[in-house]
Amino acid sequence: MKQNVIYLDYAATTPVDPRVAEKMAACLTTDGIFANPSSMHAPGRAARALVEQARGQVAALINATPPEIVWTSGATESDNLAIKGTLRFHKDRGRHFITSRIEHKAVLDTGKQLEREGYEVTYLKPDADGLIQPDAVAAALRDDTVLVSLMHVNNEIGTANDIVGIARAAHARGALVHVDAAQSAGKLLIDVKAMDIDLLSLSGHKVYGPKGIGALFVRRQPRVNLEPMVHGGQHESGMRSGTLATHQIVGMGEAYRIAREELAEETPKLAALRERLWQALHREIPDALLNGHATQRVAGILNVSFPGIEGESLLFGCVGLAVSSGSACSAASAEPSYVLRALGRDDELAGASLRFSLGRFSTAADVDGAARIVIAEYRRLHALAAAD
Amino acid sequence: MPIYLDHNATTPLDPRVLQAMLPWLEGTHGNPSSVHQFGRAAHAAIETARRQVAALVNAETAQVIFTGGGTEADNLALKGVCRGKPGSLLVSAIEHAAVQGPADALAKLGWQVQHIVVDAHGCLRLDALDRALGDEVRLVSVMFANNETGAIQPVADVAARAHARGALVHCDAIQAPGRVPLDFAALGVDLLSLSAHKLNGPRGVGALIVSRHLQLAPLVEGGGQEHGLRGGTENLAGIVGFGCAAALAREEQPARAVQLRALRDRFESGLHAFPDIRVFAADAERLPNTSQIGVEGFDGEAVVMELDRRGIAVSSGSACHSASGRPSHVLLAMGLDEATARSAVRVSFGRENTEADVDAILAALRQILKSWREHARAVAW
Repeated sequence: MKQNVIYLDYAATTPVDPRVAEKMAACLTTDGIFANPSSMHAPGRAARALVEQARGQVAALINATPPEIVWTSGATESDNLAIKGTLRFHKDRGRHFITSRIEHKAVLDTGKQLEREGYEVTYLKPDADGLIQPDAVAAALRDDTVLVSLMHVNNEIGTANDIVGIARAAHARGALVHVDAAQSAGKLLIDVKAMDIDLLSLSGHKVYGPKGIGALFVRRQPRVNLEPMVHGGQHESGMRSGTLATHQIVGMGEAYRIAREELAEETPKLAALRERLWQALHREIPDALLNGHATQRVAGILNVSFPGIEGESLLFGCVGLAVSSGSACSAASAEPSYVLRALGRDDELAGASLRFSLGRFSTAADVDGAARIVIAEYRRLHALAAAD
Repeated sequence: MPIYLDHNATTPLDPRVLQAMLPWLEGTHGNPSSVHQFGRAAHAAIETARRQVAALVNAETAQVIFTGGGTEADNLALKGVCRGKPGSLLVSAIEHAAVQGPADALAKLGWQVQHIVVDAHGCLRLDALDRALGDEVRLVSVMFANNETGAIQPVADVAARAHARGALVHCDAIQAPGRVPLDFAALGVDLLSLSAHKLNGPRGVGALIVSRHLQLAPLVEGGGQEHGLRGGTENLAGIVGFGCAAALAREEQPARAVQLRALRDRFESGLHAFPDIRVFAADAERLPNTSQIGVEGFDGEAVVMELDRRGIAVSSGSACHSASGRPSHVLLAMGLDEATARSAVRVSFGRENTEADVDAILAALRQILKSWREHARAVAW
């Protein structure tokens, strides 16, 4: 139905891998494993076994142990649970929370809620390349800092923070470290042990799994405590109650299994496609500016500002191409990207920017087609602006 | 293949619902918040499902907030209303853990939580409610039908009385849709929780119906989805499946009730041959598919295990409770002693069940009790 449209918005959401869809469909109807995993009977135990297998698959991708994986409804819930959960649990120890200005709304809106509840939140400014440096974290840490929450990879510009350095700085002052890895899981190597991470948010639908499922890694050694957000039947060691959605969990498990297997092969392919796209754009539009650090980044995201044109028209004028001007979760607002503004881009330039995000099913033809569409539309808008 | 008689724990997905979901699982679909055509198509699919869920319970489309399931909907209702300066909260004594859990959490924050008792038939006592209602009561939470006994609660009466005293009313109606008629407007409650997987829809998706005048605080922030009441990328295929299951449940509810009641009646008629089996809440108006029985002198858990060994899946109570080892709080609230409460076995029928399934569980119960009695006699000799 949408075959003529080039989809380069993998950072907003990815298609479900057909291998994942197949596994999910087998966990739904009477001829499949459909029972409630909390039930004690044989069909319930069969469902439980699949849930635990998937937990192992997700744990394996980030070098965690299976009991450290808590199922949630998605990375947004994981972020909320990690941040509110630890701060509320440790409210007698301190009320200070450090994050950054370029986090996803899931973290920023949670920070705002904590401020309403009387917590103090420091929003670190990124450097011009879009990175939060460990030194900046160290400078902001206080004795009453309970948690530092920073994303591994930024969803708009694709830059990758030095999590090892950030964790070292935070732990030196006794603060916990939460990492939103929604955009890095399956794209960069994550080792929660080597990186010394306490909490890590994961998403299903950014890794070719289904929407509506995610996970939170909660470190067991030493144990990280948090106050649950959803109370009830004590599922997930009491950290997140609610009947487990077997098909969703199985889908995420399979998606993470595939990601682990194919990461090494996929990364150079995406990096080459991304470079091909950037070169094509830059060749024809020498004014185009690359947003974010040139090398410390994820392979699939390219964010470009186009000076001298009206930005919103660019996005809507690129007929036949599905890209975005920033995070999908901010798409409804007409405001220019807060991430690009934090990098120092002015409103006009931030508004005239496109995020291209490539993935497993992207091809050289997609990239060449996208470049053609954008270049033509840029020239049309540029001529209009010049005529004005 | 085992005979599945545990539909109050979860139901299998209707094949028609799977067909509705598959196009949204396979292929390329946008994030429903994206403005390009992939995103707009996904958004439109969610809005169709919202209309279908609203129609199921006679609510307005804009009143439907999709959540990650029934438990989250219950949490959102209780914690979303009970904010700020602690006041008082009334919950029935027979609520599911999804209501009891957040009520306990609120109690830790200083809220006064009172439990409204039920009568011997498992129905909320309105006189007890009247006594507990006071000006400081912010919210009353009463389920539509109990998940263990199936007893239907006097929710409309509760709503009228609570509103007269200025309290809001939440109803966990998770077991009701598709089995009995459910009308949000007629019930007069302010909040109503639903779950897709109890009406042959997928797990991992639910909804909270919220009256227009209500200002709720979200549990999950970020991204502004669901009018800012529930952040996070929507469970696209799950919501589409919920919508389809809701449309089917609405259309087929009368026929389903007849079918389920026939199975249940056949089962309970068959139980007349068992002098030591009783049906709990038998005199209450109940869900047509639910029969919670007590096997005198035996542990319900052991009966469940023995039936499981014979390929029949039932439960001793709530699945969410199954690992706790505690007797049913519902049966204790009805005034039954602990041994009787521990003898409980819940049989809950679904649409794929047949008369042969009913006869199979009756035959299995006969064999199990016979062998246990013989064993007991042999030991006594």
